[in-house]
Amino acid sequence: MSDAEGRIGEIVKANEVVLFMKGTPLFPQCGFSSRAITILEHLGVPFESVDVLQDPEIRQGIKEYSDWPTIPQLYVKGEFVGGSDIMMEMFKSGELQQLVGAEAS
Amino acid sequence: MPMAASEIERLIREAIPDAEVTIRDLAGDGDHYAAKVVSATFAGMPRVKQHQRVYAALGGRMGGELHALQLETAEPTGDET
Repeated sequence: MSDAEGRIGEIVKANEVVLFMKGTPLFPQCGFSSRAITILEHLGVPFESVDVLQDPEIRQGIKEYSDWPTIPQLYVKGEFVGGSDIMMEMFKSGELQQLVGAEAS
Repeated sequence: MPMAASEIERLIREAIPDAEVTIRDLAGDGDHYAAKVVSATFAGMPRVKQHQRVYAALGGRMGGELHALQLETAEPTGDET
């Protein structure tokens, strides 16, 4: 296991809801990351975010960690959920709300 | 280096022959696309796996020469028959 993999493993275990993104929730640096943040804010649950632009090792490592070529990536309860397209589909169907235990709005 | 929509469609259909592929050029710049891929082979497959199959079809171009591909996958509804 590489260093990056170990660090990512710790991050996703330590945070129930965590988004690996480009930029920060206040200043997302990519439209897809921005869309993911909008969805999470709608859910109204606490979440952690990791700015991959600040950490080249994580930026590369996260793509290998879940065999997923793009960022953002959402993890809930240690499990990879998907990128922003999947988040949007699951949000529309109500699955995402259920997964993170958000109140139905 | 942008990719042509026809090239994206060709790669997906090569890997998933029954796929019905619809591609929209979102920004008109040949670099930001939305693709919808419908295939019976997605039946019973989690969404992450469905998307991974499409990414695999694109053979590593995703996140590289293909920056932005909004992806939606589905299995045929069967409503037409």
